[in-house]
Amino acid sequence: MSEILEFSYYPGCSLATTAAESNNSMMQSARILGLELIELEDWNCCGSAAAKSLSQDLCIALAARNLSLAPPHRPLVVMCPRCLHQLRYAQACLRRDPDTRRALEAQWGRAIPLDLGIVHFLEVLVRYGLDRLKEKAVRRLDGLRYVPYYGCTLYRPPALTRKRYFQGEMENVLAALGAQAVPGAYTHRCCGSFLSATKPDIVTPLVNEITDAAVAVGAHCIVTACAMCQLNLEIRCTAQQKLPVFHFSEILALALGARDYEGWFARHLVDPKPLLESLKLVA
Amino acid sequence: MARVQTLPQTAAPVRVVREGGSDRSLALEIMERTGEDINRCYHCGSCANGCPFVQALDYTPNQVLRLVQFGLRPQVLGCSTIWVCVGCNTCSSQCPMAIDMGAVMDTLRHLAVEEGVAVAEPDILGFHQEMLRSLKRYGRAHKLGIMWRYKLRTRSFFKDMDVGLKMLVKRKLELTPSRVRNLKEILPIIKEFTGEMK
Repeated sequence: MSEILEFSYYPGCSLATTAAESNNSMMQSARILGLELIELEDWNCCGSAAAKSLSQDLCIALAARNLSLAPPHRPLVVMCPRCLHQLRYAQACLRRDPDTRRALEAQWGRAIPLDLGIVHFLEVLVRYGLDRLKEKAVRRLDGLRYVPYYGCTLYRPPALTRKRYFQGEMENVLAALGAQAVPGAYTHRCCGSFLSATKPDIVTPLVNEITDAAVAVGAHCIVTACAMCQLNLEIRCTAQQKLPVFHFSEILALALGARDYEGWFARHLVDPKPLLESLKLVA
Repeated sequence: MARVQTLPQTAAPVRVVREGGSDRSLALEIMERTGEDINRCYHCGSCANGCPFVQALDYTPNQVLRLVQFGLRPQVLGCSTIWVCVGCNTCSSQCPMAIDMGAVMDTLRHLAVEEGVAVAEPDILGFHQEMLRSLKRYGRAHKLGIMWRYKLRTRSFFKDMDVGLKMLVKRKLELTPSRVRNLKEILPIIKEFTGEMK
Protein backbone atom coordinates (compact mmCIF):
# COMPACT_ATOMS: atom_id res chain seq x y z
CA MET A 1 0.00 0.00 0.00
CA SER A 2 1.40 3.34 -0.96
CA GLU A 3 1.77 5.84 1.80
CA ILE A 4 -0.87 8.51 2.19
CA LEU A 5 0.58 11.97 2.55
CA GLU A 6 -2.47 13.94 1.44
CA PHE A 7 -5.41 14.46 3.76
CA SER A 8 -8.56 16.49 3.91
CA TYR A 9 -8.63 18.63 6.99
CA TYR A 10 -11.57 19.77 9.08
CA PRO A 11 -10.48 22.57 11.47
CA GLY A 12 -13.76 23.21 13.31
CA CYS A 13 -14.78 26.47 14.97
CA SER A 14 -12.37 26.36 17.92
CA LEU A 15 -9.24 25.75 15.90
CA ALA A 16 -10.31 28.34 13.35
CA THR A 17 -10.61 30.99 16.06
CA THR A 18 -10.10 30.54 19.84
CA ALA A 19 -7.35 27.97 19.44
CA ALA A 20 -5.70 29.33 16.30
CA GLU A 21 -2.31 28.57 17.89
CA SER A 22 -3.16 24.88 17.88
CA ASN A 23 -4.15 25.07 14.22
CA ASN A 24 -1.04 27.00 13.21
CA SER A 25 1.35 24.74 15.07
CA MET A 26 -0.27 21.64 13.63
CA MET A 27 -0.05 23.07 10.11
CA GLN A 28 3.63 23.87 10.70
CA SER A 29 4.30 20.35 11.94
CA ALA A 30 2.52 18.85 8.96
CA ARG A 31 4.49 21.00 6.53
CA ILE A 32 7.80 19.98 8.10
CA LEU A 33 6.81 16.31 7.94
CA GLY A 34 5.71 16.61 4.32
CA LEU A 35 2.05 15.94 5.04
CA GLU A 36 -0.47 17.93 3.08
CA LEU A 37 -3.61 18.97 4.94
CA ILE A 38 -6.19 20.36 2.55
CA GLU A 39 -8.93 22.30 4.31
CA LEU A 40 -12.49 21.17 3.54
CA GLU A 41 -14.09 23.69 1.24
CA ASP A 42 -16.83 25.68 3.03
CA TRP A 43 -17.08 23.45 6.11
CA ASN A 44 -19.66 24.21 8.79
CA CYS A 45 -19.76 23.78 12.56
CA CYS A 46 -20.07 20.13 13.60
CA GLY A 47 -22.95 21.06 15.91
CA SER A 48 -20.89 20.57 19.06
CA ALA A 49 -22.54 20.02 22.43
CA ALA A 50 -25.50 22.21 21.54
CA ALA A 51 -26.76 20.09 18.65
CA LYS A 52 -25.93 16.88 20.47
CA SER A 53 -27.94 18.05 23.48
CA LEU A 54 -30.97 19.29 21.65
CA SER A 55 -31.67 17.05 18.68
CA GLN A 56 -30.39 13.83 17.21
CA ASP A 57 -31.44 14.77 13.67
CA LEU A 58 -29.78 18.16 13.81
CA CYS A 59 -26.62 16.67 15.29
CA ILE A 60 -26.32 14.15 12.48
CA ALA A 61 -27.27 16.53 9.67
CA LEU A 62 -24.77 19.23 10.64
CA ALA A 63 -21.90 16.76 10.81
CA ALA A 64 -23.07 14.97 7.67
CA ARG A 65 -22.85 18.08 5.50
CA ASN A 66 -19.13 18.20 6.27
CA LEU A 67 -18.78 14.56 5.29
CA SER A 68 -20.54 15.30 2.00
CA LEU A 69 -17.89 17.93 1.25
CA ALA A 70 -15.01 15.51 1.72
CA PRO A 71 -13.48 13.81 -1.34
CA PRO A 72 -13.85 10.09 -0.61
CA HIS A 73 -10.33 9.12 -1.72
CA ARG A 74 -8.34 10.84 1.02
CA PRO A 75 -8.77 10.47 4.78
CA LEU A 76 -10.25 13.33 6.77
CA VAL A 77 -8.05 14.65 9.57
CA VAL A 78 -9.60 16.34 12.57
CA MET A 79 -7.77 17.83 15.53
CA CYS A 80 -10.66 18.79 17.82
CA PRO A 81 -11.93 15.73 19.75
CA ARG A 82 -15.50 16.98 19.84
CA CYS A 83 -15.61 17.54 16.08
CA LEU A 84 -13.94 14.18 15.52
CA HIS A 85 -16.56 12.49 17.65
CA GLN A 86 -19.49 14.24 15.98
CA LEU A 87 -18.25 13.39 12.48
CA ARG A 88 -17.56 9.75 13.32
CA TYR A 89 -20.82 9.43 15.18
CA ALA A 90 -22.83 10.85 12.28
CA GLN A 91 -21.09 8.52 9.86
CA ALA A 92 -21.84 5.50 12.09
CA CYS A 93 -25.51 6.53 12.42
CA LEU A 94 -25.94 7.07 8.67
CA ARG A 95 -24.50 3.63 7.92
CA ARG A 96 -27.41 2.20 9.89
CA ASP A 97 -29.98 4.61 8.55
CA PRO A 98 -30.00 4.70 4.73
CA ASP A 99 -33.28 6.66 4.58
CA THR A 100 -31.87 9.67 6.39
CA ARG A 101 -28.65 9.41 4.39
CA ARG A 102 -30.51 9.42 1.07
CA ALA A 103 -32.68 12.35 2.15
CA LEU A 104 -29.62 14.42 3.10
CA GLU A 105 -27.78 13.44 -0.07
CA ALA A 106 -30.77 14.53 -2.16
CA GLN A 107 -30.94 17.83 -0.29
CA TRP A 108 -27.32 18.70 -1.04
CA GLY A 109 -26.86 16.84 -4.29
CA ARG A 110 -23.70 15.17 -2.98
CA ALA A 111 -22.86 11.72 -1.74
CA ILE A 112 -21.99 11.15 1.91
CA PRO A 113 -18.95 8.86 1.91
CA LEU A 114 -19.64 6.09 4.41
CA ASP A 115 -16.20 4.53 4.14
CA LEU A 116 -14.30 7.77 4.50
CA GLY A 117 -11.54 7.38 7.07
CA ILE A 118 -11.93 10.03 9.79
CA VAL A 119 -8.77 10.24 11.85
CA HIS A 120 -7.28 12.35 14.57
CA PHE A 121 -3.98 14.07 13.84
CA LEU A 122 -2.33 11.82 16.46
CA GLU A 123 -3.27 8.79 14.37
CA VAL A 124 -1.63 10.39 11.35
CA LEU A 125 1.58 10.75 13.33
CA VAL A 126 1.47 7.17 14.55
CA ARG A 127 1.06 5.94 10.98
CA TYR A 128 3.87 8.21 9.87
CA GLY A 129 6.13 6.33 12.23
CA LEU A 130 7.99 7.36 15.35
CA ASP A 131 11.44 6.64 13.89
CA ARG A 132 10.86 8.97 10.97
CA LEU A 133 9.42 11.57 13.29
CA LYS A 134 12.53 11.37 15.42
CA GLU A 135 14.71 11.94 12.36
CA LYS A 136 12.82 15.12 11.51
CA ALA A 137 13.18 16.60 14.99
CA VAL A 138 15.71 19.38 15.35
CA ARG A 139 15.17 20.22 19.03
CA ARG A 140 15.27 17.55 21.69
CA LEU A 141 12.62 17.94 24.41
CA ASP A 142 14.92 16.43 27.03
CA GLY A 143 14.11 17.54 30.55
CA LEU A 144 10.49 18.46 29.82
CA ARG A 145 8.26 16.73 32.36
CA TYR A 146 4.61 16.89 31.37
CA VAL A 147 1.25 15.39 32.22
CA PRO A 148 -0.50 14.06 29.11
CA TYR A 149 -4.08 15.25 29.25
CA TYR A 150 -6.46 13.76 26.70
CA GLY A 151 -9.68 15.06 28.20
CA CYS A 152 -12.83 13.01 28.09
CA THR A 153 -13.90 13.00 24.45
CA LEU A 154 -10.96 11.65 22.48
CA TYR A 155 -11.20 7.86 22.19
CA ARG A 156 -13.74 7.50 24.95
CA PRO A 157 -17.31 7.74 23.61
CA PRO A 158 -18.79 4.24 24.09
CA ALA A 159 -20.74 4.26 20.83
CA LEU A 160 -17.40 4.37 19.00
CA THR A 161 -15.21 2.14 21.13
CA ARG A 162 -15.13 -0.60 18.53
CA LYS A 163 -12.84 1.63 16.51
CA ARG A 164 -9.08 1.45 16.82
CA TYR A 165 -7.82 2.86 20.01
CA PHE A 166 -4.94 5.34 20.16
CA GLN A 167 -4.64 5.64 23.88
CA GLY A 168 -1.14 6.49 25.04
CA GLU A 169 0.08 7.71 21.66
CA MET A 170 0.71 11.24 22.87
CA GLU A 171 3.23 9.74 25.31
CA ASN A 172 4.81 7.62 22.57
CA VAL A 173 5.19 10.58 20.23
CA LEU A 174 6.60 12.92 22.85
CA ALA A 175 8.88 10.25 24.32
CA ALA A 176 10.40 9.78 20.87
CA LEU A 177 11.17 13.51 20.97
CA GLY A 178 12.77 13.36 24.41
CA ALA A 179 9.99 14.60 26.73
CA GLN A 180 9.06 12.64 29.82
CA ALA A 181 5.43 11.88 30.68
CA VAL A 182 4.80 12.00 34.42
CA PRO A 183 2.31 9.39 35.61
CA GLY A 184 -0.09 9.71 38.51
CA ALA A 185 -2.13 12.77 37.57
CA TYR A 186 -5.48 13.14 35.83
CA THR A 187 -5.32 12.35 32.13
CA HIS A 188 -8.99 11.84 31.23
CA ARG A 189 -10.95 13.69 33.90
CA CYS A 190 -13.51 16.03 32.32
CA CYS A 191 -12.44 19.71 32.24
CA GLY A 192 -16.04 20.91 32.56
CA SER A 193 -16.68 21.51 28.86
CA PHE A 194 -19.36 24.14 28.13
CA LEU A 195 -20.23 24.51 31.82
CA SER A 196 -17.21 26.80 31.86
CA ALA A 197 -19.46 29.40 30.23
CA THR A 198 -22.67 28.69 32.12
CA LYS A 199 -21.59 27.38 35.53
CA PRO A 200 -17.99 28.39 36.19
CA ASP A 201 -18.37 27.69 39.92
CA ILE A 202 -18.72 23.99 39.10
CA VAL A 203 -15.82 23.99 36.67
CA THR A 204 -13.19 25.78 38.75
CA PRO A 205 -12.81 23.03 41.41
CA LEU A 206 -12.50 20.41 38.64
CA VAL A 207 -9.85 22.38 36.82
CA ASN A 208 -7.98 23.06 40.06
CA GLU A 209 -8.03 19.38 40.87
CA ILE A 210 -6.47 18.54 37.50
CA THR A 211 -3.84 21.26 37.92
CA ASP A 212 -3.07 20.41 41.56
CA ALA A 213 -2.58 16.76 40.64
CA ALA A 214 -0.12 17.71 37.90
CA VAL A 215 1.78 19.98 40.30
CA ALA A 216 1.84 17.23 42.94
CA VAL A 217 3.56 14.74 40.62
CA GLY A 218 6.19 17.31 39.73
CA ALA A 219 5.20 18.11 36.14
CA HIS A 220 6.40 21.30 34.46
CA CYS A 221 3.33 21.58 32.34
CA ILE A 222 0.19 19.91 31.02
CA VAL A 223 -0.02 18.89 27.37
CA THR A 224 -3.58 18.63 26.03
CA ALA A 225 -5.10 16.91 23.04
CA CYS A 226 -8.20 19.13 23.08
CA ALA A 227 -8.58 22.85 22.42
CA MET A 228 -11.51 23.21 24.79
CA CYS A 229 -9.61 21.52 27.62
CA GLN A 230 -6.65 23.80 27.01
CA LEU A 231 -8.89 26.85 27.30
CA ASN A 232 -10.75 25.66 30.39
CA LEU A 233 -7.57 24.62 32.19
CA GLU A 234 -6.23 28.11 31.65
CA ILE A 235 -9.22 30.39 32.19
CA ARG A 236 -10.86 28.53 35.08
CA CYS A 237 -7.78 27.71 37.13
CA THR A 238 -7.55 29.50 40.48
CA ALA A 239 -4.98 27.11 41.97
CA GLN A 240 -2.11 28.70 43.84
CA GLN A 241 0.47 27.21 41.53
CA LYS A 242 -0.55 27.35 37.90
CA LEU A 243 1.08 25.38 35.14
CA PRO A 244 1.51 26.24 31.48
CA VAL A 245 -0.99 24.29 29.37
CA PHE A 246 0.13 23.42 25.86
CA HIS A 247 -1.67 22.13 22.84
CA PHE A 248 0.03 18.91 21.87
CA SER A 249 0.75 20.36 18.42
CA GLU A 250 2.68 23.30 19.88
CA ILE A 251 5.18 21.02 21.61
CA LEU A 252 5.45 18.88 18.50
CA ALA A 253 6.05 21.87 16.23
CA LEU A 254 8.66 23.20 18.64
CA ALA A 255 10.59 19.94 18.48
CA LEU A 256 10.32 19.91 14.69
CA GLY A 257 11.97 23.30 14.53
CA ALA A 258 9.04 25.68 13.91
CA ARG A 259 10.08 29.29 14.38
CA ASP A 260 6.87 31.29 14.67
CA TYR A 261 6.06 30.11 18.18
CA GLU A 262 6.10 33.66 19.64
CA GLY A 263 2.64 34.23 18.21
CA TRP A 264 1.26 31.03 19.72
CA PHE A 265 2.64 31.53 23.19
CA ALA A 266 1.46 35.14 23.32
CA ARG A 267 -2.08 33.75 23.25
CA HIS A 268 -1.62 31.67 26.40
CA LEU A 269 -3.02 32.92 29.68
CA VAL A 270 -0.29 31.19 31.68
CA ASP A 271 2.95 32.33 30.07
CA PRO A 272 4.89 29.21 29.00
CA LYS A 273 8.02 31.08 27.97
CA PRO A 274 9.90 31.06 31.31
CA LEU A 275 9.61 27.25 31.36
CA LEU A 276 10.71 26.83 27.75
CA GLU A 277 13.58 29.28 28.22
CA SER A 278 14.79 27.49 31.33
CA LEU A 279 14.90 24.25 29.33
CA LYS A 280 16.59 26.08 26.45
CA LEU A 281 13.78 25.07 24.11
CA VAL A 282 13.26 28.61 22.88
CA ALA A 283 15.79 31.39 22.49
CA MET B 1 -16.53 24.97 47.21
CA ALA B 2 -15.43 22.05 49.34
CA ARG B 3 -14.65 18.84 47.54
CA VAL B 4 -16.51 15.58 48.04
CA GLN B 5 -18.74 15.68 51.06
CA THR B 6 -21.60 13.27 50.65
CA LEU B 7 -23.63 12.26 47.67
CA PRO B 8 -26.18 14.97 46.99
CA GLN B 9 -29.65 14.67 48.40
CA THR B 10 -32.30 14.08 45.79
CA ALA B 11 -34.17 17.29 45.10
CA ALA B 12 -37.63 15.83 45.31
CA PRO B 13 -38.36 12.69 47.28
CA VAL B 14 -39.34 9.89 44.93
CA ARG B 15 -42.84 8.91 45.93
CA VAL B 16 -44.17 5.41 45.89
CA VAL B 17 -45.54 4.78 42.45
CA ARG B 18 -49.25 4.18 42.31
CA GLU B 19 -51.17 2.68 39.45
CA GLY B 20 -51.74 5.33 36.85
CA GLY B 21 -49.15 7.66 38.38
CA SER B 22 -46.36 6.31 36.25
CA ASP B 23 -45.73 6.15 32.57
CA ARG B 24 -44.44 2.73 31.66
CA SER B 25 -43.94 3.78 28.06
CA LEU B 26 -41.07 6.03 29.06
CA ALA B 27 -38.62 3.22 29.70
CA LEU B 28 -39.57 1.54 26.44
CA GLU B 29 -39.18 4.78 24.55
CA ILE B 30 -35.71 5.38 26.02
CA MET B 31 -34.65 1.81 25.29
CA GLU B 32 -35.92 2.02 21.73
CA ARG B 33 -34.20 5.30 20.97
CA THR B 34 -30.88 4.48 22.58
CA GLY B 35 -30.72 0.76 21.97
CA GLU B 36 -29.67 0.39 25.61
CA ASP B 37 -31.29 -2.09 27.96
CA ILE B 38 -31.73 0.08 31.03
CA ASN B 39 -33.26 -2.80 32.97
CA ARG B 40 -29.75 -4.15 33.34
CA CYS B 41 -28.97 -1.38 35.85
CA TYR B 42 -28.86 -2.76 39.38
CA HIS B 43 -28.00 0.58 40.95
CA CYS B 44 -24.48 -0.17 42.08
CA GLY B 45 -23.75 3.55 41.81
CA SER B 46 -20.48 3.25 39.87
CA CYS B 47 -21.72 5.97 37.53
CA ALA B 48 -22.35 8.31 40.45
CA ASN B 49 -18.95 7.54 41.96
CA GLY B 50 -17.18 8.46 38.76
CA CYS B 51 -19.19 11.49 37.74
CA PRO B 52 -17.05 14.64 38.05
CA PHE B 53 -20.21 16.74 38.40
CA VAL B 54 -22.02 14.64 41.00
CA GLN B 55 -22.15 17.47 43.52
CA ALA B 56 -23.97 19.69 41.11
CA LEU B 57 -26.62 17.10 40.20
CA ASP B 58 -30.07 16.80 41.71
CA TYR B 59 -30.19 13.09 40.80
CA THR B 60 -27.17 10.86 40.32
CA PRO B 61 -27.06 9.09 36.92
CA ASN B 62 -28.45 5.82 38.31
CA GLN B 63 -31.21 7.75 40.09
CA VAL B 64 -32.11 9.23 36.73
CA LEU B 65 -32.35 5.69 35.37
CA ARG B 66 -34.53 4.75 38.35
CA LEU B 67 -36.92 7.59 37.53
CA VAL B 68 -37.10 6.24 33.99
CA GLN B 69 -37.66 2.70 35.22
CA PHE B 70 -40.49 3.99 37.44
CA GLY B 71 -41.91 5.94 34.53
CA LEU B 72 -41.81 9.26 36.37
CA ARG B 73 -41.77 11.34 33.23
CA PRO B 74 -42.25 14.89 34.58
CA GLN B 75 -39.65 14.33 37.29
CA VAL B 76 -36.99 13.02 34.97
CA LEU B 77 -37.57 15.43 32.09
CA GLY B 78 -37.72 18.31 34.54
CA CYS B 79 -34.58 17.42 36.48
CA SER B 80 -31.40 19.42 36.51
CA THR B 81 -29.02 16.49 36.01
CA ILE B 82 -29.83 15.95 32.34
CA TRP B 83 -28.69 19.53 31.56
CA VAL B 84 -25.68 19.73 33.86
CA CYS B 85 -24.36 16.51 32.28
CA VAL B 86 -21.86 17.52 29.58
CA GLY B 87 -21.58 14.03 28.12
CA CYS B 88 -18.06 13.23 29.34
CA ASN B 89 -19.10 9.57 29.35
CA THR B 90 -17.27 8.68 32.55
CA CYS B 91 -20.46 6.99 33.77
CA SER B 92 -20.77 4.99 30.56
CA SER B 93 -17.20 3.76 30.72
CA GLN B 94 -17.47 2.81 34.39
CA CYS B 95 -20.79 0.97 34.19
CA PRO B 96 -20.25 -2.73 34.96
CA MET B 97 -23.35 -3.54 32.91
CA ALA B 98 -22.06 -1.48 29.95
CA ILE B 99 -25.09 0.77 29.80
CA ASP B 100 -24.33 3.85 27.71
CA MET B 101 -25.61 6.36 30.23
CA GLY B 102 -24.38 9.26 28.09
CA ALA B 103 -26.73 8.19 25.31
CA VAL B 104 -29.61 7.98 27.81
CA MET B 105 -28.86 11.54 28.99
CA ASP B 106 -28.83 12.79 25.38
CA THR B 107 -32.16 11.15 24.69
CA LEU B 108 -33.74 12.57 27.85
CA ARG B 109 -32.64 16.07 26.80
CA HIS B 110 -34.09 15.52 23.34
CA LEU B 111 -37.40 14.38 24.87
CA ALA B 112 -37.49 17.39 27.19
CA VAL B 113 -37.03 19.70 24.19
CA GLU B 114 -39.55 17.85 22.02
CA GLU B 115 -42.19 17.89 24.75
CA GLY B 116 -41.48 21.51 25.61
CA VAL B 117 -41.29 20.86 29.35
CA ALA B 118 -40.03 23.58 31.69
CA VAL B 119 -36.36 22.69 31.97
CA ALA B 120 -34.59 22.94 35.30
CA GLU B 121 -31.54 24.68 33.83
CA PRO B 122 -32.86 27.40 31.50
CA ASP B 123 -29.43 29.07 31.35
CA ILE B 124 -27.75 25.97 29.96
CA LEU B 125 -30.56 25.45 27.46
CA GLY B 126 -30.25 29.14 26.59
CA PHE B 127 -26.55 28.74 25.95
CA HIS B 128 -27.17 25.87 23.55
CA GLN B 129 -29.86 27.91 21.81
CA GLU B 130 -27.49 30.86 21.37
CA MET B 131 -25.01 28.47 19.83
CA LEU B 132 -27.66 27.34 17.32
CA ARG B 133 -28.59 30.94 16.61
CA SER B 134 -24.97 31.54 15.66
CA LEU B 135 -25.03 28.49 13.38
CA LYS B 136 -28.19 29.80 11.76
CA ARG B 137 -26.54 33.13 10.99
CA TYR B 138 -23.02 32.07 10.09
CA GLY B 139 -22.94 28.28 9.84
CA ARG B 140 -20.16 28.38 12.41
CA ALA B 141 -19.88 29.25 16.07
CA HIS B 142 -19.03 32.89 16.68
CA LYS B 143 -18.02 32.71 20.31
CA LEU B 144 -18.00 36.40 21.11
CA GLY B 145 -21.52 36.75 19.72
CA ILE B 146 -22.71 33.67 21.61
CA MET B 147 -21.27 34.90 24.91
CA TRP B 148 -22.62 38.41 24.33
CA ARG B 149 -26.16 37.21 23.69
CA TYR B 150 -25.95 34.68 26.48
CA LYS B 151 -24.97 37.44 28.91
CA LEU B 152 -27.89 39.58 27.74
CA ARG B 153 -30.27 36.68 28.05
CA THR B 154 -29.19 35.75 31.56
CA ARG B 155 -28.63 39.37 32.64
CA SER B 156 -25.26 38.34 33.99
CA PHE B 157 -23.29 40.95 32.17
CA PHE B 158 -20.77 41.72 34.86
CA LYS B 159 -20.31 38.20 36.12
CA ASP B 160 -17.08 36.77 34.84
CA MET B 161 -16.08 39.98 33.12
CA ASP B 162 -12.38 39.46 33.94
CA VAL B 163 -12.20 36.16 32.07
CA GLY B 164 -13.96 37.65 29.04
CA LEU B 165 -11.57 40.58 28.96
CA LYS B 166 -8.53 38.34 29.27
CA MET B 167 -9.78 36.29 26.33
CA LEU B 168 -10.33 39.43 24.28
CA VAL B 169 -6.85 40.71 25.07
CA LYS B 170 -5.36 37.37 24.08
CA ARG B 171 -7.45 37.54 20.90
CA LYS B 172 -9.18 34.32 21.79
CA LEU B 173 -12.56 35.85 20.96
CA GLU B 174 -12.68 36.87 17.33
CA LEU B 175 -14.57 40.07 16.67
CA THR B 176 -15.78 39.11 13.23
CA PRO B 177 -17.43 35.75 12.66
CA SER B 178 -16.08 33.23 10.21
CA ARG B 179 -18.87 32.23 7.82
CA VAL B 180 -20.09 29.46 5.62
CA ARG B 181 -20.65 30.72 2.08
CA ASN B 182 -23.35 28.27 1.15
CA LEU B 183 -25.56 28.95 4.15
CA LYS B 184 -28.69 27.87 2.30
CA GLU B 185 -27.54 24.28 2.67
CA ILE B 186 -27.63 24.57 6.44
CA LEU B 187 -30.64 26.78 7.05
CA PRO B 188 -33.29 24.15 6.27
CA ILE B 189 -31.83 21.68 8.78
CA ILE B 190 -31.65 24.22 11.57
CA LYS B 191 -35.02 25.80 10.75
CA GLU B 192 -36.66 22.42 10.78
CA PHE B 193 -35.41 21.99 14.29
CA THR B 194 -35.82 25.50 15.69
CA GLY B 195 -39.38 25.43 14.39
CA GLU B 196 -40.06 22.73 16.97
CA MET B 197 -38.25 24.60 19.67
CA LYS B 198 -40.28 26.88 21.89
